[in-house]
Parts: sequence; C-alpha cells; structure tokens
Amino acid sequence: MLKTIAILLDGLNYSAWLFLVAVGLTLIYGVMRILNIAHGAFYAIGAYSCATALGLYYSAGLPEAGAFLVMALVAVVVGMLVGLAIERGVLRHLYGQDEVLMVLITYALFLILEDSVKLIWGVESYFAFKPYAYFGFIDVGGLPYQVYDLLMVGLAVVLGVGLWIWLTRTRTGRLMTAVVADREISAAMGVNVTFIFATTFAVGTALAVVGGVATAPKIAVTPGIGVEVIILAFAVVVIGGLGSIPGAAIGALFAGYARAASVHLAPEFELFAIYAVMALVLAIRPHGLFARTDGRKI
Amino acid sequence: MTIDFTKDWRNVALLAVLLAAAFFLPSWLRFLLQTALAGGLVALGVMIQMRAGLVSFGQGLYYCIGGYAVGLLAAKAGVAEATLVIAAAVISSVVIALILGPLLSRYREIFFAMLTLAVSMILYGLLVKAATLGSTDGFNVPPVTFFGFLPAQEARGDWTYVLTALLVVVACFLIARYLASGAGALLEAVAENELRLEYLGSSARQAVYIVYVIAAAVSGLGGALAAIATGHVDPEMANWTTSGGFVFVALLAGRGSAIAPVLGFFLLELVRTYALDIAPNAWQLILGAVMLAVILLLPDGLWSLVRRAPK
Repeated sequence: MLKTIAILLDGLNYSAWLFLVAVGLTLIYGVMRILNIAHGAFYAIGAYSCATALGLYYSAGLPEAGAFLVMALVAVVVGMLVGLAIERGVLRHLYGQDEVLMVLITYALFLILEDSVKLIWGVESYFAFKPYAYFGFIDVGGLPYQVYDLLMVGLAVVLGVGLWIWLTRTRTGRLMTAVVADREISAAMGVNVTFIFATTFAVGTALAVVGGVATAPKIAVTPGIGVEVIILAFAVVVIGGLGSIPGAAIGALFAGYARAASVHLAPEFELFAIYAVMALVLAIRPHGLFARTDGRKI
Repeated sequence: MTIDFTKDWRNVALLAVLLAAAFFLPSWLRFLLQTALAGGLVALGVMIQMRAGLVSFGQGLYYCIGGYAVGLLAAKAGVAEATLVIAAAVISSVVIALILGPLLSRYREIFFAMLTLAVSMILYGLLVKAATLGSTDGFNVPPVTFFGFLPAQEARGDWTYVLTALLVVVACFLIARYLASGAGALLEAVAENELRLEYLGSSARQAVYIVYVIAAAVSGLGGALAAIATGHVDPEMANWTTSGGFVFVALLAGRGSAIAPVLGFFLLELVRTYALDIAPNAWQLILGAVMLAVILLLPDGLWSLVRRAPK
C-alpha cells in the first residue's frame, strides 16, 4: 500500500519536474523548428543563479519566506536576459538553416555555455536547501512527503495551463500559432516574425531557467547537471510529439511514471525505463503521440 | 555537391603511408594517434550516414558494443585472441544493426537522430546499473594475444599500433570502395530527393538500411580497437556526449573522403590534449566555438580546403 502511494506521488512529482524542464524545449521547437540542445545549459544556469542569489539573500539576514520571491525574480530576469542574448546575438543570424544543422549549432552553444558556467561559478558544488526544508512534511496515507515536491506539481500545472491560455487566448499567442502554421504567409500578412521568434526563445529559455531554479534547493548544484537534463527533456518531448504542449504533459507523465515505477519495483532499470518508453512510442507512432502530420513534398 | 569517390583509394594509400611513418613517433603521440584512429572509425560511420542526410546522435551504441564485446570476451570469458575478439565485436555490432535497421530506416531528419540517440541511451542506462560489469566505472580489459602469442609488456604498444593501423587502413579502403559503388552513390540521392529516387526504381529504405549496417560494422571495429588500445571500457562509450563528439568530428572533417574523419579525430585529440593542458575548464568552449565557425564558414568541413587546393 505504502509502495503504491509512493509510486503515485513520486511519479507525479517526477512528471512535474520533467514537464518543467521539457515544456520550454517543445515551445521553442514548435514555433522556431529548433531542437535546442542548449536548453540543458539554460537549466544549469538557472540552478546556479538560484543558488548564488539565495546565498546572498540568506547572508543578508532577510526573512526566510522572501526567498521564494527571490527565486521567482531570478527565474524571470535571468531567463529573459540569457534567452534574448542568445537569440539576438547568435541564432538570429542562422534562421532558415536545415533542422539537423540547427541541432549541431545549439550543441556547439551548449558546449560553450557549459564551460562558461564552469568559468563563472567554478567547479565546486553549491547548496541552497533552505527553501526545500521550509514547508516541512505532510502525511499522505501514512507516508510523510515533502510539501515542496507537491508545490512543484502545482507550479507545473499553473505554468502549463498559463502557457496554454497564453497561446490560445491572447493576441501574441495566436500570432505565434500562425507563425507555427506558416512562417512566410504570416510574415506576408504583416506578423512581426522577428518579434515572435525573440519572444518565443526568451520565454522558452525562461521556462528552462524556472526548471533549474525550482530544482536547485533539492540538489547539489554541480557541473554536469545540464547534460542529464537535456536528454531527459528530449525523451519527454519526443514521446509527446515535438512542438506540442499537451504532448509534453503526456510525455512527462509517461516518462515520470515509468521511472517512478521502476525505481520502486526494479531499481536497476531506472534510466533504462524512460528511454525504453521513448523508443517504444517512436516505434509505434514515429512522430510522437501528438504530432501533426506534414504533407509530402515532391 | 557531388564527389567522385572512385579516386578516393589514393587518399587511403596516403593514409597508409602516413600511418607507417607514424610508427616512429614518440610513444605518447603514437598512443594518442592509436586511440584517435579507433574513434575516427566511429566518426567515419557517422560520416557515411551523413552522406544520406542522416545524423546519428547515437553512434556511440556500436562503439560501446564493440568495446564491451572485446572486454567481456577477454576479461570475463578468457578469450583474448585479437582476431577472435575483433571479429566478435564486428559481428555483434552487425547483428544488432540488422535487428534495429528495419525500424530505424523508416526515419529521417530529426527523428532518426532522436531514435538512434534513444537506443544508445537504453544501452547506457542498462550498463550504468549493471553492478557485475562495474557500473559507471566499467572494467579493465586484459592485453590481447596475437595467434596465441602474448607480446612482452614493452612491445605491446608496437603490436597493437600495427594492428590498429592495419585494420583502419583496410576499413577506410573498403568504405571508399563502398562510397564509389552504386550503393554508395545512392546515399546522396536519398539526401537530395527520396521520392524521386523511389520513382526511379530504387529503394531509399534499403539504401539507408545498408549504410546503417556498414556504419555499425566500422563503429564496432572502432570500439574494439579502442578497448584494446586503452585496456578499459565503461558505459560512457554509449553516452550521448560521446556520440556528439563523433558527430562533431564528422562535421568538422567533412564528407569529402573516407580518411577525412579519421584524420579529423586525430586533430581533435591533439587540440583536446593541449587545450586540457592550457585551459582545463575551457576546452569545451574552444571546441564549441570552432564548431560554430566551421558550420558557418566551411559548411563542407575542413576537407573542402584540401579539395580546393590547386592540383
């Protein structure tokens, strides 16, 4: 019984985390057709910025609850700045390249950013666990569970729904959808595609940074955290179908529960489980569960 | 860009001469060359698939299979005969590729990249958790014998270098022949326009299947030679960052010759060695910057400089 509850909660918690780190990736791919490997580096930058900001905040002796405000602020400011800098500085000059070539370009960016992180923050670990302990435990059917973990599920839901409303109910969001459908026609109709691209990339980056910021209190922030994240985010996004936000949510649930079940039932297959699900889904639905089908071009 | 590969055997002959001369290099440099040759074969596997417009982000799978085949036979089963373990490495790679090929040959572009990556990460995930195989640490591979003869400790480097150089030249020659053949010429057509290729009566899927299996064979050979050279295997061989490195080399070196990826890998290893020495925390940064520069300025890779040179 306890094990079932543990699988249910861990699965939910892990799915929420996967969704947070993957949703920005799918947003950027959906609008810009860039499979952004540098996403993992953005996550790492978020985690490091959060650890540093919290360190400064606590040493100033300010009230503990304010730390969450600092985290939110770091996520938005750092995300937007980094995203805009990369988009305006590098990617802007490369639009229209082949999709696979864009993967290699963002891979190069990933390598550059990974080392930049090492140069800025050094190679030692950072800890910022106070926000994680702040809420304490809650009893769920006899199993004590971290409240922070449950709040992360809430954060994932709020961000997911918010993003969906933004894309389907606001002007900017609808313009984005138009650009997704056809870049050239939208431009001809007077949509400012440059602005849409910059906004998308900044928001997508900010989402990766949010993932990093929210995770930082739970882990030791060390070099290399971005490498694992990007590959998990890929799995999630590919399962759901590249470019689909509901797809990312479903993909996160698939991968999250696959991992939670294997952690509790067959721990030696923990990593294997996620990629096995990914390979299985791709073998049955080559373009993912929620992908749109494109017409054939001759 | 159409490249005539019928004359590429000349480049392979040049490589053979270079490798023979390199026998007299200082031992540390020759060892670097030896490991680079092994990795270069995997990059060659990535390169031939790139000719069909397919980027494999999981070529480390076969690098790892080749390495572990040698490691398991030599360390766990007690079979350390070089010819046998290398044959086993290539055969096991080919068998796995024959099984996965029908599935993977349905995919193109980003989906091919993602699925090859997923398959490679499955193996990585399994090996990391396999405690009997040393988990993330991997295990050591005992020295191999040559038709039952075990060279003395100080002569082992010479023997394995000759073995590596010989097999790399043979592999490059065979790949050059393949690229010059009809099946090799089809690859470019797959990249250019698959549908027209089908209308003309050739099967794109079959062409992709063939190149996938051949790439697996050379990559498995590369993994086997790497295991023999370094005497160690670990799951990192199947991780996506390793595969990313192979893609990087294939891209950097270009698709103009069978020997380009092999030489490119040596160049990369040299840069890596010196960069790690000078700036240990910034060598990836240098690598990334070089990669961006090559993509933007030399879309056909460094080999295009060789081609452009006056005849």
